[in-house]
Amino acid sequence: MKESSYYPGCSLHGTAREYDESIRGVSNILDIHLQELEDWTCCGASSAHCTDEELAIELAARNLAIAEKSNHELLVPCVACYSRFKAVEKEVKEHSRKVNFPYQGNVPIRYALDFFCDEAILEEVKKKRVRPLSGLKVACYYGCLTVRPPKVTRIKEYENPQHMDRMMKLLGAEPVPWSYKTDCCGASLTITRTDIVKKLSDRLLSMAKEAEADCLVTGCPMCQANLDTRQEEIEKETGEKYNLPILYFTELMGLALGHRNAKKWLNRHITDPIKVLSDKGLI
Amino acid sequence: MNLNNQTNQKDNSFLKEVNQASGEKIQACYQCQKCSAGCPVVYAMDILPNQILRHIQYDHRERVLSSKTVWICASCYTCSVRCPNNIDIAKIMDALRNLALRSGAKLGEKEIPMFHSVFLDTIKSKGRIHELSLLIQLKLKTKDFFKDAGLGWKMFRRGKIKLLPSRYRGGKEIQEIFNEFEKGARK
Repeated sequence: MKESSYYPGCSLHGTAREYDESIRGVSNILDIHLQELEDWTCCGASSAHCTDEELAIELAARNLAIAEKSNHELLVPCVACYSRFKAVEKEVKEHSRKVNFPYQGNVPIRYALDFFCDEAILEEVKKKRVRPLSGLKVACYYGCLTVRPPKVTRIKEYENPQHMDRMMKLLGAEPVPWSYKTDCCGASLTITRTDIVKKLSDRLLSMAKEAEADCLVTGCPMCQANLDTRQEEIEKETGEKYNLPILYFTELMGLALGHRNAKKWLNRHITDPIKVLSDKGLI
Repeated sequence: MNLNNQTNQKDNSFLKEVNQASGEKIQACYQCQKCSAGCPVVYAMDILPNQILRHIQYDHRERVLSSKTVWICASCYTCSVRCPNNIDIAKIMDALRNLALRSGAKLGEKEIPMFHSVFLDTIKSKGRIHELSLLIQLKLKTKDFFKDAGLGWKMFRRGKIKLLPSRYRGGKEIQEIFNEFEKGARK
């Protein structure tokens, strides 16, 4: 049994509910015990760092201080939270910045994709895989902050990351080569400058389609929301028909591991993934 | 080569101010334009990222702080990883947004900073972002009540919209963080 602290972040309690459910479901099968941080608060996200650096640092540091009370690593599924936490860790550890909470920069902060790509966990996945995702072509979409900036994420292959591709292969799926793995979807501009998000998302959808992917896989609640919920509007405006399901990597893990609630998670999507998956005999 | 004495930057207080706020050395920019070439949102900007750096070198404070560019930047860090002089341009954009808000300059975009302000108000009152409260507050400000209403309904039916905010006990600490911030903002 592996123990880990868990900071779901605000999205996973709302629009990214199926990400939260699938992380908990998959962890359960893999014998990982997740302890949700007690009394966690918002990391501050884009709005805090766009407004005031000090505010952004303190909002994140409060949560890191709670996490540091235990000896466990901290699992963070939302890329925006992860990026904020790593930025504060760097400030405290490398620039000796003082914060108003008892946080020393000691708790290991793990982004969900990196966490589940650990060798030991992948070994366990291999052993417990009951339904290989044969015949499913996936476009692995990493987005921006899972890999950038590398001085914060410490990812070596930041222009062409491979870890999600490797995991998908292990699940039995076929990752397609494409050039837009780390291109931006427009993220937090979705509500205020929807036009920009639609333009950027359209390019990602059309490139994934051109690579003949059956679905796009991500580990970011903002990318998922933009590409999934804006897809119908984009189709109406451009006249293209994408019908491309946008899945969390943990949902596909759950499917391959035979989690009984996998279909329930998938039913929460706006762009329906059920048909594509049942056509492949996976659901 | 001493980069601190490059170009005509004598008494350029804005350059010093942004360098200090961002921890970057903007005078190192030699205008290769790689940042603008790789930027995914450059088409919606009024001043290109490389031009922003040049304007800072030339002390064009108001022009930079009232640009659309600083708000359009999506903080994707593509520019920062590709800069041959290791200038973290995305970090500079953060510093510029912080300065623009404090300067009282006319902001180049209206709804984006408004969104950030409503977002922070939601954290201040609820500790976490409750998406429904956030959207209602934003709509009260923009008066655009119908935008995304249909989408919201679809998401609600799939259990993606939480009606009530979750409870937590950290309100006092959050208040203190915001008190400090508001004290600083008034200075």
